[in-house]
Amino acid sequence: MDVSYLLLILLVGALTTYFAGDKLASRVALLFSLASLGLSCYLLNLFNLGQNINFIAPWISQPNVSFALQADGLSIAMVLLTTALTPLIVFSSFGNEFKNAKSIYSLILFMSFAMVGTFLAADALLYYIFWELSLIPIYFIALLWGNGDAEERKKAVVKFFIYTLAGSLFMLVAFVFLYQRAGSFMIDDLYKMRITTQEQFWIFLAFFLAYAIKIPIIPFHTWQAKVYQKAPTVGTMLLSGIMLKMGLYSVIRWQIPLARFATVEYKNVFIGLSIAGVIYGSIVALRQKDLKKLLAYSSLAHVGLIAAGTYTLTLDGLRGSVLQMIAHGFVVVGLFFVAEIIYRRYETRTISEMGGIRAQSPKFTSMFLILVLASVALPTTFNFVGEFTVLYSLFQTNIWFAILGGTTIILGAYYMLKMFQYVMLGETNTKIFKDVTFNEGLTLVIIIAVLFFFGMYPKPITDLITPSLENILIQINRTN
Amino acid sequence: MNTLIAIVGLGVLCLIFEILNLRKALVPMTIIGLLAILGLTISEFNTPGSYYNNMIVVNKFSMAFSSLFIVLTVFLVALSHNFYENHQSKISDFIAIKIFLLSGAVAMVSFGNLAMFFLGIEVLSISLYVLAASNRLNLKSNEAGMKYFLMGSFASGIILFGICLVYGAMGTFDITEISGLSQSAELPVWFPIGIILLLIGMLFKIAAVPFHFWAPDVYEGSPSLTTATMSTLAKVVAMATLFKLLTAMNADLSYHFQIVIVIISMASMTVGNIMALKQANVKRMLAFSGISHAGFMLMTLLSTATSAGSLLYYATAYSLAGIAAFSVILYVCKNRENEDVVNFHGLGKTNPILAAVLTGALLSMAGIPIFSGFFAKLILFSQTIQAGYLVLVIVAVINSIISVGYYFKLILAMYTKEPNETRTGTPIIIYAVAVIAIILNLILGLFPSLVMDLLA
Repeated sequence: MDVSYLLLILLVGALTTYFAGDKLASRVALLFSLASLGLSCYLLNLFNLGQNINFIAPWISQPNVSFALQADGLSIAMVLLTTALTPLIVFSSFGNEFKNAKSIYSLILFMSFAMVGTFLAADALLYYIFWELSLIPIYFIALLWGNGDAEERKKAVVKFFIYTLAGSLFMLVAFVFLYQRAGSFMIDDLYKMRITTQEQFWIFLAFFLAYAIKIPIIPFHTWQAKVYQKAPTVGTMLLSGIMLKMGLYSVIRWQIPLARFATVEYKNVFIGLSIAGVIYGSIVALRQKDLKKLLAYSSLAHVGLIAAGTYTLTLDGLRGSVLQMIAHGFVVVGLFFVAEIIYRRYETRTISEMGGIRAQSPKFTSMFLILVLASVALPTTFNFVGEFTVLYSLFQTNIWFAILGGTTIILGAYYMLKMFQYVMLGETNTKIFKDVTFNEGLTLVIIIAVLFFFGMYPKPITDLITPSLENILIQINRTN
Repeated sequence: MNTLIAIVGLGVLCLIFEILNLRKALVPMTIIGLLAILGLTISEFNTPGSYYNNMIVVNKFSMAFSSLFIVLTVFLVALSHNFYENHQSKISDFIAIKIFLLSGAVAMVSFGNLAMFFLGIEVLSISLYVLAASNRLNLKSNEAGMKYFLMGSFASGIILFGICLVYGAMGTFDITEISGLSQSAELPVWFPIGIILLLIGMLFKIAAVPFHFWAPDVYEGSPSLTTATMSTLAKVVAMATLFKLLTAMNADLSYHFQIVIVIISMASMTVGNIMALKQANVKRMLAFSGISHAGFMLMTLLSTATSAGSLLYYATAYSLAGIAAFSVILYVCKNRENEDVVNFHGLGKTNPILAAVLTGALLSMAGIPIFSGFFAKLILFSQTIQAGYLVLVIVAVINSIISVGYYFKLILAMYTKEPNETRTGTPIIIYAVAVIAIILNLILGLFPSLVMDLLA
């Protein structure tokens, strides 16, 4: 049993979902995504037992490309994040009636396939192909099933597509350049290569363009809020929950080790840019009137902190970032789902039109409050572990980074609680708020359970990711 | 050699079919004949040879490209059945002209003598002039034919002039002899001038900037099937011929010559893409996109020693995507006055299969994985970086981004706009051609080695 089966299940799932027809599509998609979750847990077990679950086969002879999937702790953690969130996302959409449902569920599974491939690929070209493939489904999901004015949505989505494609094409040029030197696209061969600091600087920039747009880091974030707002909630969840983690994962896996001299030399600049994103995102979030946009900017602030953590190049920084990636993935999916639950009842996303829900639905209120608190990194939640570790590593690098980065918690608490206050509290709303259904409640409970469990006991994940992060650090600190 | 004879024989047969009143059987029989010829060509793939005092030289390069041309012709002939429905009486003429066009194309990649090369190019061009003007009651088609004929014959004249100068310098038409003589230190000044004139003539045929002005008008005015022929078959034929001409006559292109190629390549990509952004007519848009693809294909001339395989791959990827795109255009714009984007509104709802095919074709042209257009560009970039032209690759990348703009305009029109009228009828042949072409494109994307290693 190796990781290629995981890709196979998701791909077959995407096809089966399409041919299952509109009525069955959602259930078939859920089934296949659960199967992929089961398989990835099984693979995790095999990995922990020390078995070889890599899959390597020659693919193209000229240029020398192989279909290489390698799993280490880091990849497996990200794959688990993807396969755990996909069924949740599919399940969360059970209350929605999609036109042409078979297509959207099939696209969701296909996107999950591409993202899992991105996390596993050990061949630069294969990695690039999966990276690009994941863009096509989200483009159509956001374009065809999104909300709001069609023309405006079209503009936002096309901008997003061209932006990300432009960034990744420069990454492709960097890979081709590296290939010319190394004669291979395999990550191990690329790691072994020696190139001058000057060349590394350009490679770093090419990668940075691709990842900074995807994550997004200031000043490449302009596509984000509009697309998050316009995309259907499942699309927003996929984008914010998993897809932007592709960028962060790639920073750790590809950018830093391949351009290590350049990273070490300029890391303060990029930590600075990331922290600028934290502050900018938090301040802009304060002023948002649209719930989804507010969450988009809050997400911008949080991932800025994660990016800053990765660029510290310390074990704590990297570990904190990965933990926070996973934590943020769950919490952001939960928060967008809350926005969707409210939208299903009130058909609005404008914060001022909400309010007074607490009295009508206390269960929902408490779940929402837990998510809000998790998002602002309350101790005992998973996010606390992640954010605290990142801040600690920033503190070690430079105290000012930690102080500025720490504003995310203060400002975050302010805008999130203010939002909560306007959305949920106040005089009882005249519009009736039907209590959450069993399905909706289940989704939220699962997310909250995950956040609390790993908040109190993050050791399994830490143990899983630490060895592979140490390997990457050894690669970075190599002297020659 | 056998390929060429068989093709000409098939062309004559097409005309005889007309006399025998077998019009109904014409298209299937021609396709079967072409497939048989394809089999013949493939079976002879590993047996190079030369015929008639080196007039025809058959090698792997010519065999591989001939096979590609035959495959493209099969598609084009298959589409003819539906396209010429309204004038059944002439279908044999159209088919025969296409077959003769193919014979010219095959001659152009398997010449061993400049005289044969010129014969090939004239057979191809004259067939195209006729096809461009074949809708003779339509003013635009007439204009296109006339324009193409005037400009094309001018280019032919320049080519002929170039051949004369080469002959004057070398005293022979035979390209192996010319290649041998060109290695000597003292070259008469006529030789490089002759080569430049040949280059200009061929750049005209592939519609590279600044010799591209005819393309948009001719593409727009010609009947759609002729446009399909021009933008797929004729373009890759001319590109392959130019490649062969330059490699066969002087293997070491000088630095200055390479710089010229770099500039023409950059100009073609940039002008083609920027002009395409503003086009409302899909055929015109594809004409400009073809100009930019010509610019990409010219990049192969910078590393001629290794890039035959990548040219073949790029040409295959591009022309298969072109065939798929044009078969959808043929279906959508049948009985319409023009080919504006408006006609494609809502195709995603009315014809999901064809919309998906067109989306795939456009994604391939834009170079999105996993379609073969991506690998075509990747291999090209890789070789160009190896040849030391990183700047050209960066320009090409920026152009790839620009091209997404107009390819996606069409995709958006298909999926986000409401259909303005329902389309009836599902011509099975168009569906088949479109789907097979895009599947071939995908297979080549999944297994690029199938084509790449042919000319290794």
